[in-house]
Amino acid sequence: MKLIFEQSVPGRQGFRFPDSDVGVKAAVAPKYLRQAALAWPEVSELDVVRHFTRLSQLNFSVDANIYPLGSCTMKYNPKFTEKAAAMPGFADLHPLLPQLKGGERYVQGALEVLYDTQRWLGEITGMKAFTLQPLAGAHGELTGIMLMAAYHKAQGNRKKYIIVPDSAHGTNPASAAVAGYQIISVPSDRKGGMDIDKLRAVLTDEVAGLMMTCPDTHGVFNSRIAEIAQLVHSVDGLMYYDGANLNATLGRCRPGDVGFDVVHLNLHKTFGTPHGGGGPGSGPVGVTGKLAKFLPVSRVVKRPDGVYALDYDQPDSIGYIASFYGNFGIILRAYAYMLMLGGDGLKATSDHAVLNANYLMHRLKKHYQIAFDRICMHECLFSAAKQAEAGVHAIDIAKFLIDQGIHPPTVYFPLTVKEAVMIEPTETESRQTLDLFAEAMIRADALAKADPDAFHAFPRTMPISRPDETKAARDMNVNFFASRA
Amino acid sequence: MNPYIANTPEDVRAMLDVIGVDSIDALFADIKPEHAPLSFDLPAGLSEFEVMERLRRLAARNTGALVPFIGGGYYDHYVPAACGAIMSRGEFYTAYTPYQPECSQGTLQALFEYQSGICTLTGMDAANASLYDGGTALYEAMMMALRITRRQKIIMDGGVSPIYRKLIRSYTHNLHIDLVETPVVHGQTDRAAVAGLLDKDTAAVIVQNPNFFGAIDDHADIAQQAHAAGALLVASVYPVSLGLLKTPAEMGVDIATGEGQSLGLPLNFGGPYLGFMAVRKALIRQMPGRIVGETVDAQGRRCFVNTLQAREQHIRREKATSNICTNAALCAIQAAVFMSLLGREGFRRLAQLNLDKAEFARQTLEAIPGVSVKRSSPTFNEFAVHLPRDAADVVEAMIPRGFAAGFPLGRYYAGMDHYLLVAVTEKRTQDEIRAYAAALAEVLA
Repeated sequence: MKLIFEQSVPGRQGFRFPDSDVGVKAAVAPKYLRQAALAWPEVSELDVVRHFTRLSQLNFSVDANIYPLGSCTMKYNPKFTEKAAAMPGFADLHPLLPQLKGGERYVQGALEVLYDTQRWLGEITGMKAFTLQPLAGAHGELTGIMLMAAYHKAQGNRKKYIIVPDSAHGTNPASAAVAGYQIISVPSDRKGGMDIDKLRAVLTDEVAGLMMTCPDTHGVFNSRIAEIAQLVHSVDGLMYYDGANLNATLGRCRPGDVGFDVVHLNLHKTFGTPHGGGGPGSGPVGVTGKLAKFLPVSRVVKRPDGVYALDYDQPDSIGYIASFYGNFGIILRAYAYMLMLGGDGLKATSDHAVLNANYLMHRLKKHYQIAFDRICMHECLFSAAKQAEAGVHAIDIAKFLIDQGIHPPTVYFPLTVKEAVMIEPTETESRQTLDLFAEAMIRADALAKADPDAFHAFPRTMPISRPDETKAARDMNVNFFASRA
Repeated sequence: MNPYIANTPEDVRAMLDVIGVDSIDALFADIKPEHAPLSFDLPAGLSEFEVMERLRRLAARNTGALVPFIGGGYYDHYVPAACGAIMSRGEFYTAYTPYQPECSQGTLQALFEYQSGICTLTGMDAANASLYDGGTALYEAMMMALRITRRQKIIMDGGVSPIYRKLIRSYTHNLHIDLVETPVVHGQTDRAAVAGLLDKDTAAVIVQNPNFFGAIDDHADIAQQAHAAGALLVASVYPVSLGLLKTPAEMGVDIATGEGQSLGLPLNFGGPYLGFMAVRKALIRQMPGRIVGETVDAQGRRCFVNTLQAREQHIRREKATSNICTNAALCAIQAAVFMSLLGREGFRRLAQLNLDKAEFARQTLEAIPGVSVKRSSPTFNEFAVHLPRDAADVVEAMIPRGFAAGFPLGRYYAGMDHYLLVAVTEKRTQDEIRAYAAALAEVLA
């Protein structure tokens, strides 16, 4: 498809501003003015709408396709929450209003949304206090690690290391590193859980904490979690819960009850807010009582007179970690989602997410090598190692699925399993859709045996075939105008 | 219950049979009974229309239609309807990071267009596919400068947003970084202060244009000095001003960042917003976040992919250029729609309207007895007004009169209690500005 810049026609306009009604023509001294012409396109509104509508049609999406991307929780995003977020009383609200004198009066509705969301997330996770400020999961991780650092500093301890299991998301070690820590990686045992002996071997007084995803990216809930927490606490380390997989355990287990001290959640996973083609997300962070005083400012509080307010008077706080109160538009959608589902609905979410994943695991286990043969949680992990022997790799199976109208599962992650194929169906898919997916996977396996070479041509039904990624990295053509200069 | 679950009781039974267990509970056997929730006390679920009704009531508890003269980096610009319409397409908003390029060309091409649009806006060579917001983008730029120069000192201009400065203070608290700030001056960057601090340990000088007080500057001389000292110049810029003003590239800036809210996004009470970052060509491989690149498919057709992924956390883990994963892709796509709709001429007109209306407001406000506006540096669409009384009290008195009158600078600056930061966008009419001035005169009388 042509780029929007290639559709430009000199003199064409897509949006007209009214003439100025103030009768003043202001000028800035020439030394402050731009010389280079702006090269945004000259196109009509219809050109723009048609262009972006057509572009959108080149995407797979949850609205149109099953999207069982492991560890991403691509569930259905309810439509009414979009409408809620667009209400002018919320969408047009300026973030500095509550910072005016007595300003909380002007934003009581918005603050109530934030306050109740904090409270409910606290109840869901068993955490004492929450901040909704982190703007995505990784931002929540960074915030969480900063809170841990503040705790250790207040204790007068010098800690250098954060322990991360080898099955963790890449954001875990990256976030801890950005916060100034060194990383110790701990391998998994043969059942997919963390190797506790190996953990013991690296635990010292210099360990600030352990970051765990629970259930982990193997889809395994570590039944020795309380023991692990005890071990980490024995060196005054803190337990960090990566909430990427919370969709498995709503109403079944709360991180706060099994020894976690800090959690981050991904509202765009568990709480039904859209993924937006890669964001915006929202990554609230919850803590136990001993860490609450370190939370970022501002804190959303309810005063005894029932008025919601922003509290900036927190002397032990780590300070500002976001410009304002978080991705309010996303938080509002999650709030609406929780209101609709209630406690029972949330628990049912995990029940069916886990049911769907186990069903797929059993439908596929005869055809694909199962990574860990046990009950899984909300996602099941396979290896395409058997197919790879015939020359059909996980990526080839992914491309086959695209031709079936299916967004592929996560492939090559976690890094602990060769040819990993990680499937997370979520609770919103029906048995019939899961069957269609399973049958496509089974056909892929059959074709891998019958005609492995056929896979090189997949996908065939898309506007493009496989891209040359090496060329992309080598040429670094990331700007239309640079390549034409 | 949960209306988004499709399985019927019959489905559940059939599925349990395939799995070979007799209940859903059996699937949770790894969670020991003693690990069950101590409490899970949440409200009962509601129907869609009950939730919507509750939200409508909550929205009504926020202040109604105040005429906004408040900015501080976040502005009441008009959002064309087509922006919202495109953003509401499920094909965009219910997709995820384009890990599979063949079925994600829509997102990828839109992001490539966004990156290109940011490049021509800033004059820089390459942009990433978005960061969270303007504040965190500036933080990422600072981290990038530390990495590139392997130095430890950052000089932050006092004109940088106090919110951004607080944020960067928290992030650097545990790192071994020497973060020094030049004194806050009302107008342009304090040249002498920067020169006095710049040395061989300096990784970057960070400036903002226009700065928090609205002052326009040309930082070309600071770029030269920074480069002579082996440091980088990082600038946070306000995109709408670039419809008219000198680009970061023209000043010699190495890393340009900014808040993209004014490129077609609603104010949203603080987010989601859009952080943008654009750099000189030599720095591309040090840039954080996703980058979309052009390539060809097996048939030689042009297409787009996430590229240079070896910088990123999912490959490099603790050695990545940043921990960022999810960014603000949908907001970036909305910005691409905005850029396309306005085009070069529409955007220039938008910038000129902001400039003209702000100038008109400045003249109108100055005519009020006791009100003065500092004129030593040029401003764009925001300026600081000196009032004869505490600005916070004045703003409070203006609310019942229907105006969000501006941002009292005493909130962030000691000794500036009488200063009010006033923003005037293209949406403000002559009538509104006159009514605002009349109400202000009344409050001050």
